Amino acid sequence: MTAVPALSVPALSVENLSVEFRTRSGVVKVLEHVGFSVDKGETVALVGESGSGKSVTAFAVMGILDAAGKVTSGRALFGGTDLLALSEHDLAEQRGRELSMIFQNPRTALNPIRRVGRQIADVLVRHGGATRNDAPRAAIEMLKRVRIPDPERRAEAYPFELSGGMCQRIMIAIALACRPALLIADEPTTGLDVTTQAVIMDLIGELAGEAGMATIFITHDLALAAEYCDRIVVMHAGHIVEAAPGRDLFAHPRHPYSAKLLAATPGETVALEDLASIPGGLPDLRRSDLPACRYSDRCERRLEQCIQPLPQHTVGERHVVACWNPL
Amino acid sequence: MTVATPGPLLDVAELAKRFTVGGKQGLLARATSFRKPVAPLPQLHAVDEVSFTIARGETVGLVGESGCGKSTLVRLINRLLDPTSGSIRLGGAELADFKARDFAGNPHRARIQMVFQDAGDSLNPRYTAADAIADPVRRLKKMSGAQLAARVEELADMTGLPRELLSRFPHQLSGGQKARVGIARAIAVEPELLILDEPTAALDVSVQVVILQLLQQLKRELGMSYLFVSHDLNVVRLLCDRVLVMYLGKVVEQGPAAEVFADPRHPYTKALISAIPQVDLEGAEPEQRAGRLRLGGEPRSPIDPDPTVCRFYGRCPKGTPRCAEEMPLLHPAGTARQVACHFA
Repeated sequence: MTAVPALSVPALSVENLSVEFRTRSGVVKVLEHVGFSVDKGETVALVGESGSGKSVTAFAVMGILDAAGKVTSGRALFGGTDLLALSEHDLAEQRGRELSMIFQNPRTALNPIRRVGRQIADVLVRHGGATRNDAPRAAIEMLKRVRIPDPERRAEAYPFELSGGMCQRIMIAIALACRPALLIADEPTTGLDVTTQAVIMDLIGELAGEAGMATIFITHDLALAAEYCDRIVVMHAGHIVEAAPGRDLFAHPRHPYSAKLLAATPGETVALEDLASIPGGLPDLRRSDLPACRYSDRCERRLEQCIQPLPQHTVGERHVVACWNPL
Repeated sequence: MTVATPGPLLDVAELAKRFTVGGKQGLLARATSFRKPVAPLPQLHAVDEVSFTIARGETVGLVGESGCGKSTLVRLINRLLDPTSGSIRLGGAELADFKARDFAGNPHRARIQMVFQDAGDSLNPRYTAADAIADPVRRLKKMSGAQLAARVEELADMTGLPRELLSRFPHQLSGGQKARVGIARAIAVEPELLILDEPTAALDVSVQVVILQLLQQLKRELGMSYLFVSHDLNVVRLLCDRVLVMYLGKVVEQGPAAEVFADPRHPYTKALISAIPQVDLEGAEPEQRAGRLRLGGEPRSPIDPDPTVCRFYGRCPKGTPRCAEEMPLLHPAGTARQVACHFA
């Protein structure tokens, strides 16, 4: 698809991923032909509004889709193996060791009745080859790495005794305990204060950089994605509409939806009158006659061919857009 | 902003709210406590001697991290909580004297209304949109029948809610539509002060824009004042004339929004503003982020804080011995600004 620079090695390559959810009111085509890759040491953001399929993409890769969800096509190549084809047992071996995930709400993701030091030790024992005896010390080391002050004492705390920012650090410590090759962070700073958000994002960036880890960062905040990620993948209604380095996307968005999304995002220099909303809403993904471009109903640049399978235009270095009439 | 009448609409002076915490309040402890001398229970200083004003037609932003006392302050002003001390004057009337418990039946109730954070959670699931909007009018304006129905339709038109959606229940409405119902309900009784608690936090950016523009337009048309509570500083910047920055129960900085954002004085405000994610189109490399101000550590405990120590001491990059001996008071810094820091 794109001319990949010779140095980059994809840590994860998702190809042609489609996911359906069977519901009482019909089959919902949540993801269709989703493809992107993340290089070693690279941070890629998946951005989009609610319902765009960001989290489902991550869940499908991790093999933790809801029972109603079904992968209908595609591959997720990770170090030569297709994660989507692995058995539950083999995948469970990969998760926690090679693949790791940080969830949105640390308080609900942590076990409320287990001391946080033990929760980190559990991962080290299950996946990191540590013994029950040396795991607690290794857990305290992890707490130091995520810069928790007074780690010996904090290891004995329960999640409810810690602030939201602290709990998210614990989540990060658990996720990074076995030095995974791929980290997926699903809105890791939603619900945190802006000052805490900055500290947590710096921390993830630093630790990922040290370990040469590939990171997928899911967010709805475009500015945050641009500040911390190498590339941004924009999703709309289960399609990837554009993928580009953050700065290129902000300077020259090529997909009409990306442009609208940027025009709606408050920033330092824009006035309220200059912000524009995006007309219309997401299409009903249960429809059997969905147009090839799921944005076409809302699009001002729609052409007749927009109902036909979408082309992938490479419009710059690592900049791809799926549109018949790009900007 | 145009100020028609003399004096501010809202004048909050030395407002404080302390909650009693801890202490052994279990049955056994109470039964045995007669033996021990009664020690004063620890007090959590949620809002500590806060003073500020809001002019007519003005939008004041209230920012600060979770736990800093924003919500308590809002609940005090909205008269849902009784203050420990201080005064809340709304257009000359002292509201702090009324008990929160009886305030629902008070004639002043209609003058302060609130738009809640999550429109989905704050609407009664068994009320249709029309019921939700009509409810405060029915209670506070004693209107009924055809007149009420006409008023509900008028409010739907004002907030851009299609009339055919009025018969729907909250679960049949989208996030943006629910936000409109929440706003219509709050402005239904023609309040002078509208308190907005993160009104767009649950919305996608594309919908957020529409709601913010609607709020701006309603303010112009109806001449209301806004107290706008938000985490999202980019949104505060868009909407507010003035900002109040709170830290651990205290106002640490206040002033015109444009000035505070361009030139923050208090170290906490500096950290807050430097944490706003930004896109640098000029191509500054990530390394340049290192120059940014980042806060380490955790806030001090709000329980029985030492009155001589600056609340920000310990997290503050400045932190001198003087900060641990003398609490900095809010003092003027420039024409319209106030800062509580020895070094600003």
